[in-house]
Amino acid sequence: MNTGRTTLIYALLFISALILFFPILYAVSVSFMDGKDVFNRALLPSSFSFDNYKKVFSSVPLLHYLKNSFVVSSLVTIGQLTVASLAAYVFAFIPFKGRDFLFIVVLATLMIPWEATMISNFLTVQHLGWVNSYRALTIPFFASAFGIFLLRQHFKSIPYELYEAAQIEGLTRFQIFYRVVLPYSRMSLVTLGIYSFLTTWNMYLWPLLVTTNDSVRTIQIGLKQLQTVEVATEWGVVMAGVVVAILPTLILIFISQKQLQKGLTQGALK
Amino acid sequence: MNEVMEKIERYQVPKKENLWQKTANLRTSILYLSPAIVLFSVFVFYPMFKTVYLSFFLTDARGNAALFVGLENYLYLFDSTSFKKSMKATWLFALYTVPSIVLISFFLALLANEKLRGIGFFRTIFTSTMGMSVAASAVIWLFLFHPTVGVLNTLLGYLGIRPIPWLLDSKWALVSIAITTIWMNIGFSFLIILGGLQNISQDLYESARIDGAGYFYQLFRITIPLLSPTLFFILIITFINSFQSFGQVDILTKGGPAEATNLIVYAIYQDAFINYQFGTASARAVILFFMVLGLTLLQFKFLEKKVHYQ
Repeated sequence: MNTGRTTLIYALLFISALILFFPILYAVSVSFMDGKDVFNRALLPSSFSFDNYKKVFSSVPLLHYLKNSFVVSSLVTIGQLTVASLAAYVFAFIPFKGRDFLFIVVLATLMIPWEATMISNFLTVQHLGWVNSYRALTIPFFASAFGIFLLRQHFKSIPYELYEAAQIEGLTRFQIFYRVVLPYSRMSLVTLGIYSFLTTWNMYLWPLLVTTNDSVRTIQIGLKQLQTVEVATEWGVVMAGVVVAILPTLILIFISQKQLQKGLTQGALK
Repeated sequence: MNEVMEKIERYQVPKKENLWQKTANLRTSILYLSPAIVLFSVFVFYPMFKTVYLSFFLTDARGNAALFVGLENYLYLFDSTSFKKSMKATWLFALYTVPSIVLISFFLALLANEKLRGIGFFRTIFTSTMGMSVAASAVIWLFLFHPTVGVLNTLLGYLGIRPIPWLLDSKWALVSIAITTIWMNIGFSFLIILGGLQNISQDLYESARIDGAGYFYQLFRITIPLLSPTLFFILIITFINSFQSFGQVDILTKGGPAEATNLIVYAIYQDAFINYQFGTASARAVILFFMVLGLTLLQFKFLEKKVHYQ
């Protein structure tokens, strides 16, 4: 490869990365600024202090919101993995009359946008008395057509001979599921898990509807609250809150970029 | 020896399954599928039917159907300037965001598909906005767009561009929300397109290079045709996502100024949860459903076509 071309590509990569990552870098920078720096539209803080972080944790119950987000995201991740892997196991291995029809029914849910059903879902959740509880934030998301589809694709890549061999060994269906299929598909389970965690952590509209007090409110709604309480005067504090909210998911992305790319493209495109 | 065989034959159970054994597969399947079936029924299918049902009614403040009005809610919407504005904003928003997201992500994926030292770092940076929540992204951009402390106008000033009234002007407000949305969505699209690029067999490029084909010839004759299913997939997904946008509107503009950014989901939210008009809100939701359905069917049509070609 000639050097001119390489240099050009590196230049484009650097410029693109800088533009794309600028808002995040700048948010981090502002989170260390005092009011004067913000007012002067400085790019970097004139002095370095954690005051904004101290303030943000005292002005809203940020730790409590973080805990809520962790609980909700973890529960949804576990729920989705359980429900999706059981369903995908049937769709990949156990034939019965009407299975194809059921699979189409599952895929049909992909055509129904969550926002189109949220009014009725809100009324249901209200009727069940789930408002301001973890149940409202988690249970409606346990079944994911995308998850079932993704896992089914991976389960189907397991050689059927392996399944038959396990049957001849005398393993029950559940034992095959638990001791053969799941370990064999560990990577795709991890992919789906990361994806579920990310999307749940970042959910906004539904938590806004079903949390009317602090008890189970998630960090995303905390950010909205912070922005309305602190805005105009204390942008540094708001940005400190933003940094705290994005840190867990950014770390997750940094660790798992390769894994996600492989796992998701296989599921989405095959 | 013969005697033994006879005995065995006599005692062998006839190999005929009874009903209980025959339905073993079915019973296990139903058991394993039941969580998914129950959840989909309660939280997807039932509410979809209920939404359609409610769209034919006037409701009380608690969302109970009170008076059957037929298509009145729809006719009311089609007649109202506010709804027309909301629809126009929704489609204009899709026009602003969808092509930009696909093109920028494609460009970044092409760059990041080069085999260079340290490319993993760039891939991670380009994917990073996938980890950004809509709330966090919108708050950051709210600050960047800010008329007095926002740094965006300052940076543009270095390029000789006059200050832009980002969120204050009704035309620019939609652009501002579009910019935020484009930025947020690049991570995911980039990741999927890069995956698609890496699935293209290297042999094709090898033989093209041996034939002396240049970069752009390879791009237009090999990469784009083979990547078209991926690009089309991302196009549709991005389109559907743009119809579902809510958080950026809620934090940046609250639908304003002058309803210029009142995208369809924000309009549903306001109708239902601010004004308690569950009937018209449901009618809007049904319209959203058909918009998404149309796009999904388009996707299936394309997949079918692809199968025919192969």
